[in-house]
Amino acid sequence: MTALPSQPLPDRAEPPTNPPTDPVILAEGLTKVFSSRARAGRLRRERVDFTAVDAIDLRVAPGELVGYIGPNGAGKSTTIKMLTGILTPSSGTLRVAGYDPQRDRVKLARRIGVVFGQRTTLWWDLPLRDSFTLLQRLYRIPPARFAENLAFYTEALDLGPFLDRPVRQLSLGQRMRGDITAALLHDPAVVYLDEPTIGLDVVSKHAVREFLRDLNLRTGTTILLTTHDVDDIERLCSRVVAIDHGRVTYDGSLEALRAERDLETVVRELYSRQGV
Amino acid sequence: MRVYLTAARLSLRRHLAYRSSAAAGVATNTVFGFIRTFVLLALWRQKTVINGWDAADACTYSFLTQALIAPMGVFMTGTELGPRIRTGDVAVDLYRPVDFQSWWLALDAGRAVGSGMLRSLPPVLVGALFFPMALPLSPLRWAAFLLCCLVGYLVSFSLRYLISLVAFWTMDERGMAAITFAVGFFCSGMILPLTAMPPRLDSVLQLTPWAAVIQIPASVLFGTQSGGLAYALAFGLAWALLLLGAGRLLTGAARRKVVVQGG
Ligand SMILES: Nc1ncnc2c1ncn2[C@@H]1O[C@H](COP(=O)(O)OP(=O)(O)OP(=O)(O)O)[C@@H](O)[C@H]1O
Ligand SMILES: [Mg+2]
Repeated sequence: MTALPSQPLPDRAEPPTNPPTDPVILAEGLTKVFSSRARAGRLRRERVDFTAVDAIDLRVAPGELVGYIGPNGAGKSTTIKMLTGILTPSSGTLRVAGYDPQRDRVKLARRIGVVFGQRTTLWWDLPLRDSFTLLQRLYRIPPARFAENLAFYTEALDLGPFLDRPVRQLSLGQRMRGDITAALLHDPAVVYLDEPTIGLDVVSKHAVREFLRDLNLRTGTTILLTTHDVDDIERLCSRVVAIDHGRVTYDGSLEALRAERDLETVVRELYSRQGV
Repeated sequence: MRVYLTAARLSLRRHLAYRSSAAAGVATNTVFGFIRTFVLLALWRQKTVINGWDAADACTYSFLTQALIAPMGVFMTGTELGPRIRTGDVAVDLYRPVDFQSWWLALDAGRAVGSGMLRSLPPVLVGALFFPMALPLSPLRWAAFLLCCLVGYLVSFSLRYLISLVAFWTMDERGMAAITFAVGFFCSGMILPLTAMPPRLDSVLQLTPWAAVIQIPASVLFGTQSGGLAYALAFGLAWALLLLGAGRLLTGAARRKVVVQGG
């Protein structure tokens, strides 16, 4: 059914020759097992374990822009939840920006920003501006810095026309721009974006990509991005980490991954490879 | 601290915007005030004074407690946390750099103040047009009453917060809320003032946390609380601290064990 690879797929990239600086994200053997109870007979219920993330090793250096890709259900969102400290890993070690996400959750929260594409981090009934005010207090952003950042993002993401509208009245694209701003107002060192371009039109996608690239170059913010849009990866990410069934199937540069071929074909082949 | 004040202020502003639902709530609260008053008056016809309260006290109690239903959360409806757990939106709340319980207290306090402002006065005013009322004039009494309401609110919040947290395990707090609604309705004195219950039942019910929500504030306002204001505050605060502590422990457990729903 799937086309045979015309070239052998590149496997894990060579480790970089010069030792990298301290990684800002460091995961070793990161694993998440979900257990649920399933029916087994009339009354009996049995515990069923499902390994959503299976011993992932990941090192991300400060300033990297990494595309974290994989088919539906691969374990991307689960990984991100563990990296933010909202989900406790079943095993493995994890450090983000020098913190243990579980133990130093509050300290870590001040250093990271998160966009969950499918749900908003904004307050539904509040005008966008009020959401930002609340974030200023939450992250204790100095007033001058807050004003500066808000002005910058309002301009860069064109928030002006809907800054005073309640979030529930915004279109998906407008809300996403608001969400991206919300994740960045406190100058986080690391930003996780879980499908930030989901549901955006071509123009908005382009604008968001340009914005993220500029952010990464200008401020050196580390970005971990999941997406199902091959163009996002192609335009943005210098490094790609692919997972499937909770395991890393590729970790290396975009160049090495596509090796002069059409990226969409490469990604399709990567996703359909079984049992790596 | 400022973050909680800002959260409460914004929550208040949000709830003040719900004018039409507040109007509907006022109408319902007032109508049920009449029903409850008729029932109480039937009881007071048998005996002119029950446990120090006369018929005017009973009418006052009826409309006063109707006025307190929304702000005090007498019906034990969970906080807005429950639905967020069910949908997985709680993921967002969980990674914020705030104390989770205080955050929800701030949001719920804003709601309580908002519904107090919109919904508390009308039932009492309308009730006063049709029934004898015995509201005291002493400002000291009113201050004591408000203090007891504050403590009662804390007790109510800590109960409702616990109910909401159940959703982390069961994915739906509504079953739990249905039970606590029934228990709370009876134990807080909505069916009958606790002081009008048979003495032995009264003395048991006076010990549950629900007694602190409306019965004790009302008794303090009428000046019939045994043990006075000091007892009322000590009783309520003890329950509030106990229940808030339980909420804290359960929050920690939820954080460690829990699974956030949705991709
Ligand atoms: N709460 C849960 N209980 C049980 N299994 C879960 C739970 N949450 C996720 N899973 C399972 O874990 C796996 C990984 O889910 P995850 O949301 O991380 O996938 P994903 O890579 O983000 O996928 P998508 O591209 O569709 O967003 C899926 O198979 C999913 O069914
Ligand atoms: Mg996902």
